[in-house]
Amino acid sequence: MSPEPYLGEVSRTPVRHHILSVLVENKAGVLARIAGLFARRGFNIYSLAVAPAESHARFSRVTIVVDAESAPLEQIVGQLDKLVNVVAIHDLAPSDAVERELLLATLPLGDDHRSATLDTITKAGASIVDVGPTSVTVMLAGTPGACDELERALEDFAEVELHRTGRVALPRLG
Amino acid sequence: MQLTGAQALIRSLEQEGVDTIFGLPGGAILPVYDPLLDSSIRHILVRHEQGAGHMAEGYALATGRPGVAMVTSGPGATNIVTPVGNAHMDSTPLVVITGQVATASIGTDAFQECDITGITMGITKHNFLVQSAQEIPRAVAAAFHLATTGRPGPVLIDVPKDVTQSMMDWWYPASIEEYDLPGYRPEIALDHEAVARAVALIAESERPVLYVGGGTLKSRAADELLAFAERTGMPVVTTLMARGAFPDSHEQHLGMPGMHGMYTAVTAIQKSDLLISLGARFDDRVTGKIPAFAPGAKVIHVDIDRAEFNKVRLADVAIQSNVAAVLTAFDAARATPRNLDVWWKTINDWRDRYPLVYDEPTADGPLRPQHVIEAIAAKAAPGTIVAAGVGQHQMWASQHWKFEEPGTWINSGGAGTMGFGVPAAIGAKVGRPDRTVWCIDGDGCFQMTAQELTTARSEGIPIKVAILNNAYLGMVRQWQEMFYEERYSEVYLSADLPDYVKWAEAMGCVGLRARTLKEMHEVIDEANSINDVPVVIDFRTDAEEKVFPMVAAGASNDDILVHPLQRGDR
Repeated sequence: MSPEPYLGEVSRTPVRHHILSVLVENKAGVLARIAGLFARRGFNIYSLAVAPAESHARFSRVTIVVDAESAPLEQIVGQLDKLVNVVAIHDLAPSDAVERELLLATLPLGDDHRSATLDTITKAGASIVDVGPTSVTVMLAGTPGACDELERALEDFAEVELHRTGRVALPRLG
Repeated sequence: MQLTGAQALIRSLEQEGVDTIFGLPGGAILPVYDPLLDSSIRHILVRHEQGAGHMAEGYALATGRPGVAMVTSGPGATNIVTPVGNAHMDSTPLVVITGQVATASIGTDAFQECDITGITMGITKHNFLVQSAQEIPRAVAAAFHLATTGRPGPVLIDVPKDVTQSMMDWWYPASIEEYDLPGYRPEIALDHEAVARAVALIAESERPVLYVGGGTLKSRAADELLAFAERTGMPVVTTLMARGAFPDSHEQHLGMPGMHGMYTAVTAIQKSDLLISLGARFDDRVTGKIPAFAPGAKVIHVDIDRAEFNKVRLADVAIQSNVAAVLTAFDAARATPRNLDVWWKTINDWRDRYPLVYDEPTADGPLRPQHVIEAIAAKAAPGTIVAAGVGQHQMWASQHWKFEEPGTWINSGGAGTMGFGVPAAIGAKVGRPDRTVWCIDGDGCFQMTAQELTTARSEGIPIKVAILNNAYLGMVRQWQEMFYEERYSEVYLSADLPDYVKWAEAMGCVGLRARTLKEMHEVIDEANSINDVPVVIDFRTDAEEKVFPMVAAGASNDDILVHPLQRGDR
């Protein structure tokens, strides 16, 4: 197995991140319009999740975690709102939002640290979703913080393949 | 009624009241050019697609109606990208139709295929790739609605060839609800609470300035501006994009602010205690060094586009609205500043000390470019429209021409597109055939788009072009002289190559030349006597002439450089 390419420092969730829950028309090129806007205005996207909204094919929900250090949030929202295909923007401060994210990781299950591995998985509240002869795939659906924690814990293991979806969010109820 | 997509496209344009299309046909747009023969719409056949775009811009700026251009796919489409970008920077309403390869070929690198909706995503207000003939009316109606409402701008419609060739059942959207634009809501309710806070700020102010931008012209608020300014007695400055929004002859008008603005306009802003920004966007060419811009001023920022608020300068009160509605609301609330006598005394003192000046012209030449512009203006009919390219000549035209009404100054502001002048003047003349149209151009700009004079001659569009020929890319030369130790790098063009008179004649225009003061007056009179064909005048001007006043790039507006003639008494 070839070594993982070096992708630079692992970036953690920035302190001043903000969540934008954006309702868009489900049309070709809409994601490109959003990504292009962020690129040309120098706004940073920390994570991005897209899926059809509320089972209607007409609209999609884009959840963008923006780095509010890269530009004032007011600018980001104002420019985003000018995209004709953007129907509504809900700006969620982390304290006002319920955020969840999904993490999948495949890790080796060697005999020498089998119990430590299982211990880590259990402690994190992750579940095993696939098992191979020498490795296991685990899933954690939780807060971004919980996913961060599991990711850190898995850094101790060699040859971990890890994917995160980016978060989705809804306003906190009261 | 069954129509082809091409017929439906032309019919949709007729439905929108389009009287003129600027364009050039090619393979992918070919089907649309056939029903054009049966239409009442006039088509102006350009010599280069960039010309079509700038003509449409000139038409829009002169008439206030959206300009329409039509070109083919691939290079036809990429050639019009510069005007689209220009219109985007200046919020000019434009509808651009591009042909596209057949839908089945999209994505296969077909002949003359390019992803023009992708290319123009960042420089259009919106764009469409039409997927079926049935959708053409909706796309056209939505495009005109988007281009002309809210903050205006260019909208591009990309139409694949099979879409224009297939059949559709004719329909046309009866109302905005049928445009399918759920995310577009240009009507903004006026925030009366914000208006009240603005009125309170005005009431406290002793040194207010009305900072008038292009949005004032876009919202057709010149009458409201005049009424508000006269009732309150406030001084007015008009940016490069707002020239004509307030009469230059009005005593409350201090002129243009910014890098080459009037000393009094720049300094009044710097010393003001309240800036009322009306459809302006605090462009870097106006602010100079931002932290040093109007440091003691509170800001009332009126704009239809909320993304302009707090982008460059924090606003004390931001009002999202068109300018006309806000001025009407200010008047209804009797918004009035304190006594402005002391402020006007200060302003008038600046005016007396630093009027616009230039060196005395000499009888044998070379001509002074400022003097040429003033001489043309002195002999121009009232209401003459002036178009310009970009550079020194543009600044001199803005400074020395006296604009009295909206739609008389056609220029490229935000993008600074060289070569804009000639085609924009042609478009303006098409839109306002009753008006005299002068293009004040530079020799560098002229060479970029002059071929459209062939279009002008063949279509019977008699514009007048004054080339201020200083044999240089003059603005770049000025910067190299002032900031690069007179190390002139790649700015010399030659006054004689090309021979502008012969070139004009080759394009069917009258070509004239002036080197001396006597010749200058003669050729202007001759040009004014010709009204059936375009006229081009090669004015030989002084290459060392520089634009003053000037605020150096990145410098504070407090460090404005006045003309050398005025520096002794500073």
